[in-house]
Amino acid sequence: MDIFRSHVLLCGGTGCTSSGSEQLLEHLNLKLKEYDLDREIKPIRTGCFGLCEAGPIVIVYPEGTFYSHVTVSDIDEIVAEHLLKGRIVKRLLHQEKDVDHTVDMALDQIPFYKHQTRVALRNCGVIDPENIDEYLAFDGYKAMQKALLEMTPEQVIDTVSQSGLRGRGGGGFPTGQKWKFARASQGERKFVICNADEGDPGAFMDRSVLEGDPHCVLEAMIINGYAIGANEGYVYVRAEYPIAVKRLGMAIDQAKEYGLLGKNILGSGFDFDVHIREGAGAFVCGEETALMVSIQGERGEPHPKPPFPAVRGLFDAPTNINNVETYANIPQILLHGPTWFRSMGTEKSAGTKVFALGGKINNTGLVEVPMGTPLRTVIYDIGGGIPNGRAFKAVQTGGPSGGCIPADLLDVPIEYDSLTQIGSMMGSGGMIVMDEDNCMVDIARFFLDFTVDESCGKCTPCRIGTKRMLEILDRIVSGRGRDGDLEKLEKLAHNIKATALCGLGQTAPNPVLSTIRYFREEYEAHIHDHKCPASHCRALLEYLIGENCRGCTACVKACPVGAITGEPRGLHIIDQNKCIKCGACKEKCRFDAISRH
Amino acid sequence: MTEVGEKFAELDRIIARHRDEPGGLMPVMQEAQALFGALPMDVQEVIADGMGKTLSEVYGVATFYAQFALAPKGKYVISVCMGTACYVKGAQAVLDKLSEYLEIPVGETTEDGEFTLDATRCIGACGLAPVMTVNDDVYGRVTPDQVAGILDKYRA
Repeated sequence: MDIFRSHVLLCGGTGCTSSGSEQLLEHLNLKLKEYDLDREIKPIRTGCFGLCEAGPIVIVYPEGTFYSHVTVSDIDEIVAEHLLKGRIVKRLLHQEKDVDHTVDMALDQIPFYKHQTRVALRNCGVIDPENIDEYLAFDGYKAMQKALLEMTPEQVIDTVSQSGLRGRGGGGFPTGQKWKFARASQGERKFVICNADEGDPGAFMDRSVLEGDPHCVLEAMIINGYAIGANEGYVYVRAEYPIAVKRLGMAIDQAKEYGLLGKNILGSGFDFDVHIREGAGAFVCGEETALMVSIQGERGEPHPKPPFPAVRGLFDAPTNINNVETYANIPQILLHGPTWFRSMGTEKSAGTKVFALGGKINNTGLVEVPMGTPLRTVIYDIGGGIPNGRAFKAVQTGGPSGGCIPADLLDVPIEYDSLTQIGSMMGSGGMIVMDEDNCMVDIARFFLDFTVDESCGKCTPCRIGTKRMLEILDRIVSGRGRDGDLEKLEKLAHNIKATALCGLGQTAPNPVLSTIRYFREEYEAHIHDHKCPASHCRALLEYLIGENCRGCTACVKACPVGAITGEPRGLHIIDQNKCIKCGACKEKCRFDAISRH
Repeated sequence: MTEVGEKFAELDRIIARHRDEPGGLMPVMQEAQALFGALPMDVQEVIADGMGKTLSEVYGVATFYAQFALAPKGKYVISVCMGTACYVKGAQAVLDKLSEYLEIPVGETTEDGEFTLDATRCIGACGLAPVMTVNDDVYGRVTPDQVAGILDKYRA
């Protein structure tokens, strides 16, 4: 094996790839050749480092120097200064608010990483996901070896049960229990499915695990197959995730080549094979019964449970289905034991949870924290708070099935049960922060719009009920709200929750219910006063010209509907009846004379 | 053979590859869409015949999933991410601006066949919100006033 004096890690996750990390890698290779350093220094493309806000990210080891927002021309300087002469390029060091910029900080000292515990993400941003040898060097496939050669299937299931691991896809069902049911079912064939149809808007945890550590998911699926007696597995992954699909495919090929997948794995007599199925853009396919019929090549419509997948699932055979992040925990649980896993998190929610932190927050990215961590720690200590000096308003968890959590509940610990209690849910891990400029009625409308669009149409409460709710919300945000609208929304919401067929429909009203619960006065302002307190809803805005007006006539020219009148060098006036609230005048005004209310 | 004839010959090969695979219909339709750019009725008929399905089953699947299109899209497909992170950071304003600039509603293609405007589901590049893509090019932290400049790069 070649020995390199230095390793340069480049993030190859979707966030950094979108901001050009591929070109950085090409250029780095070119430069290293030019300086004749290509046998001393090895560039490695890894999975997501998590701090997407600062991408593209480059880390140089052994020093652990963390460069952020790197461009192609910066690479020249990093090679010429740091890699050739050993002088750190200070101007490119990662900068965080309130932190001394000039100090070269190792990764674990950066505030963003300091509060995190990486279990599911432990290899993301550390190893080259396209190289099985790197995974093997980090204890890869050791848990599988232990399970296949030293443990009975029952022992594997017991270990998972004792760990207290619960489904990370949102529902929080105990994983060990699920495996036990699937093992107990009789069937000639059984299946294992990895649900990678991560459809919640603003959530990219599973994608990052697949992109950054695909072998870990494969290893867990093989262990799962052994435990329940299945010899075949499917990964159902969103087609919108091309990098994940590609790396997973490479991982399968490499594992087969090494005899870690296929016939008689490690001489244990156990056979296992994995297929990839790409989704085709239907949110409802994240629901397990819909996902299975989609693999069968049909319209992805859910069906009632029971029968549960463990009894009759894919191709009518007993099936166990888990989400990506759930699987990513399995090898670690087998290697370090259930007691280790339970030492993290809380009594009812063991271990850690990965969140995709986004929206109005300084450090957008992927974070993993022990369960029980207060929301405040995630948003302020890790996330770095709200940008541009704006005030925090709410955090949305659980996507279209979850709810909005207001500021006075920020000290609630992140757990399955505590989040459900306050009207939201853990969900798969999207965490979107909103500031005072976001209108909560509009956010509820946004999620309902999503659900209406994605409703498969099979059951009436979801197909028609959510549509009626959306119509009411559309009316409210456009200033045509009526007395009794809130009560009607609440009634519809409770009926849909009680009667919809699948999880998608049953949880669809949550964003509306939680915003009514915590931001009722905002709804009332829209309905009764025809005002949007966040100054967001266009139809309810009013543009006014104030005393700063110099009569320059710039706004008159900008207005597309001729709503502004006034003499040159005199105060101008906006005719509110003509104004279409486009804001073009405000953009053009050089004297800050136009205000929005 | 004509270009279209070659494509249909390739479609037959795709069908042969997946015919005996359990649940092979979706992979066939995905590959066919990549080949033809869409799934027009004549393509769906060939798929139905080849896979031993009725045309209504194939049409049912084609219209259920957002990825399948019945008519071809423009040369450049503009997708504005409407995930939550992008939405709270102003993706709607970007989408509105594009619609205004191209003079087409969301989901449609310009008359010259150059641009299709789509609102897409979360692409997971939330760190760059709001995000739009033009074919494979990704644009992050887009503001409405950048829209014209971005599109002009693609105009012949």
